[in-house]
Amino acid sequence: MNLTLLMYLVPSLIMFGCGVYGFLTRKNMIAIMISLELMLNSVDINFVVFNRYLFPEQMEGMFFTLFAIALAAAETALALAIIINVFRVARKVDINQLTKLKF
Amino acid sequence: MESVGNLILYFVVALVIVVCSVLTVTTRQILRSATYLLFVLFATAIIYFQMDYAFLGAVQIAVYAGGIVVLFVFAILLTHQPGKDAQRIESSRRVLGAVAALLGVAVCGYALFTYANFCGRQLAQMPELDIAKIGTWLLSTDKFGYLLPFEAISVLLLACIIGGVVIARRR
Repeated sequence: MNLTLLMYLVPSLIMFGCGVYGFLTRKNMIAIMISLELMLNSVDINFVVFNRYLFPEQMEGMFFTLFAIALAAAETALALAIIINVFRVARKVDINQLTKLKF
Repeated sequence: MESVGNLILYFVVALVIVVCSVLTVTTRQILRSATYLLFVLFATAIIYFQMDYAFLGAVQIAVYAGGIVVLFVFAILLTHQPGKDAQRIESSRRVLGAVAALLGVAVCGYALFTYANFCGRQLAQMPELDIAKIGTWLLSTDKFGYLLPFEAISVLLLACIIGGVVIARRR
């Protein structure tokens, strides 16, 4: 039995599906961020696996993942700062209760 | 032919990824959700190590598992009472989310299993990849150089630092 490309794509696909489900159903802003991380991570796996299996001499997928990880770190840090600030003002982080900006 | 250890490692990693991603989005305690996310990220790092991208695996562990998850835990502990469950998700919303996710997975899975002719590829031999090579590529300006994205991401990180300070500053 050999490890083929498909065997790495299937867990990544399931991870992405879980991320979509969590993103659509969760109420808590931090939980939504966690689902977003799941989706980003599955895309990173796809980049790396495609790079390694289809174009082993080139490095595009690896560098793309490297930059995507840095982007994800920056985005998460900023989003969590915003969430903590919202909590400081409104004392809650659930999106269905935060309606102050609604017209 | 793959070695037995590699196969066992793959199945353990795939199982951890599938189970822990499902638990991440279904558990009602948010701190547990962050912990399951940590397991998923570690399993992903193991995949990178299996693909011979050792540097990428190290970055994954250092930045994701060491940085982002710690940030999540900090934010959760600052905004939640420990041990309190989140409010129950109404079932209509849950059905909607499950239908959307399953539809996406079904379409992508169908495409993968029927159309893609590259799915049966084996792991090919890769030229030796050392840190010096990665560093040279990151800072070179020729065809496969990544100097521009490297500088762009440094500016972005600077903007992120300034933004974080401005947002978190007490008025």
